[in-house]
Amino acid sequence: MRRETIINAGLAAGLLAIPLWAHVTGEIFTITLATRVAILALAAVGLNLALGLGGLVSFGHAAYFGLGGYAMGILAFHAQTYDPIFTWPFVFEGTKQMLVIWAVALVASGLAAALIGMLTLHTSGAYFIMATLAFGQMFYYLFVSWPKYGGEDGMAIYVRNDFPGLNTLDPIQLFVICYALLMAGLFVSWRIARSPFGLALQAARQNAERVETVGIRPFRIRLAAFVISGMITGLAGALMADLNRFVGPTMFSWHTSGEIMVLVILGGVARLYGPVAGAALFVLLEHWLGGVSDYWLAFVGALLLLVVLFARGGLIGSLAGREVAHD
Amino acid sequence: MTEPVLEIRKLSKSFGALRASRDINLTLLPGEIHALIGPNGAGKSTLIKQIAGNMAPDAGEIRFLGRDVTALDTVGRARMGLGRSFQISSVIAEFTVLQNVVLALQGARGTSYHLFRAVLKDREMTATARAAAGRVGLDDRLAVRAQDLSHGERRKLEIAMALALAPRAFLLDEPMAGMGAEGAAEMTRLLDRLRHEAPILLVEHDMDAVFSLADRISVLDYGEIIASGTVEEIRADPVVRRAYLGDDAEAI
Ligand SMILES: Nc1ncnc2c1ncn2[C@@H]1O[C@H](COP(=O)(O)OP(=O)(O)O)[C@@H](O)[C@H]1O
Ligand SMILES: [Mg+2]
Repeated sequence: MRRETIINAGLAAGLLAIPLWAHVTGEIFTITLATRVAILALAAVGLNLALGLGGLVSFGHAAYFGLGGYAMGILAFHAQTYDPIFTWPFVFEGTKQMLVIWAVALVASGLAAALIGMLTLHTSGAYFIMATLAFGQMFYYLFVSWPKYGGEDGMAIYVRNDFPGLNTLDPIQLFVICYALLMAGLFVSWRIARSPFGLALQAARQNAERVETVGIRPFRIRLAAFVISGMITGLAGALMADLNRFVGPTMFSWHTSGEIMVLVILGGVARLYGPVAGAALFVLLEHWLGGVSDYWLAFVGALLLLVVLFARGGLIGSLAGREVAHD
Repeated sequence: MTEPVLEIRKLSKSFGALRASRDINLTLLPGEIHALIGPNGAGKSTLIKQIAGNMAPDAGEIRFLGRDVTALDTVGRARMGLGRSFQISSVIAEFTVLQNVVLALQGARGTSYHLFRAVLKDREMTATARAAAGRVGLDDRLAVRAQDLSHGERRKLEIAMALALAPRAFLLDEPMAGMGAEGAAEMTRLLDRLRHEAPILLVEHDMDAVFSLADRISVLDYGEIIASGTVEEIRADPVVRRAYLGDDAEAI
């Protein structure tokens, strides 16, 4: 077996074993931390598809994260107040069902990614970064100035949403849901990476002109990847809102976009489990250093610098070594 | 008379005051190798780029397989069967030889939106890609990344990628550039076999290769075709000898 495969399996097993152990010993807080890792990792799995495979440095993935979050917030808010979201052309009620919320989160973030992608993917380099950032900020200001959904203060959702057959208020059960979705996200991105689509996407990153001369349109490939990427991050946003039982406009802020990107870079760009390693490291640092100093993010910054300068493959890259050519 | 596969009519392109293509007329007939020669800066690559669709002409028409493709983009022309190699090798550096050829293959087949199929597990696809790599002599280098190939091998990989498209015409821009004598001879043999697949518009500086391969030669000078004809006609043409073959004259 490849070394990276072993590391990945270890990460997957560890992320499952630790909260299960914490469940046995009754350390609720550890379970919550692990849930946070799983959700942030899922958000980063989304970005990694665009950034890692496609080379699309999106500084606006907070838009999808936030839309996923507000999909949950708005649906649950209307369910809480028994007030339909709209009544024309059909009655659209709020809901407390996670499955419905996820579907709405996926559709909303996918549509937003399609629109933003169509408008930004013609640019590249710094222009692309700035354009995606600008769209993220637009959503931020939109929700800050929308009083119905809490404006600047956001909205608290008092009761966690439901999942058929599970008690979502039980931390370990919520963790299992998030973990399962993370695994699903990883599975999708693993399959995509080795699919014809993934091959074209990775080729477009390296040499778009060459891709055109074999009859493939880089723009369309990138757009499709961008949409899938945004949807995965959007789903993570819905989960994060449910974990916190709160949505606020900071989900849309550029800090969030930066944080998701930091996870990917720390863990290892284009590495399947890079997002998981990155999210685990980030949450651990946040937990340990956050208690020691308010400036813990400065440590993360320094670490990021080290990774960028000395370990381009991130955590996974340093542990597993250079990526081997498959086949 | 047979229909030309590729037909260029009165093509013009200027970069500011520099006229890189002047009223160029050119045809590529089925089964032939049509060589395009001319000194550096004559406008050969510029012409290739316009035919491939990377650069729009200022005026004129490009017809491919009987259809006006002047307004069609690179992707559209590639889909119609225009297989191209670049003057400066252009491959996917981090991909292996096999992945590069498979990419070309899936481009030709339009399967690039398959999300869940493992591309290198597709037996038929990889077998076809292996065969294309084998045709250019890269069968024992399939798992090597393109960036680790020698210069000559990268040139061959480009040809294999063009081959995988099952093209209706090849556009090859100096495929022997930077190759040693042995590599050039090998490439010459390869191109000689390739012409049975599809006609070749060949830009090349290596005169041995051009004279042994070409059915027709066109000479480009300052953006203009100054002569066009068989190998014998071009060798004998006094204008050509002066403009281009000057230094080479005794070698001919
Ligand atoms: N994109 C461009 N912009 C401006 N000038 C160009 C461009 N491409 C080529 N040229 C000029 O056009 C002329 C023809 O170039 P090129 O077609 O590359 O010549 P060749 O391939 O025959 O050596 C040269 O003088 C070159 O400097
Ligand atoms: Mg040239």
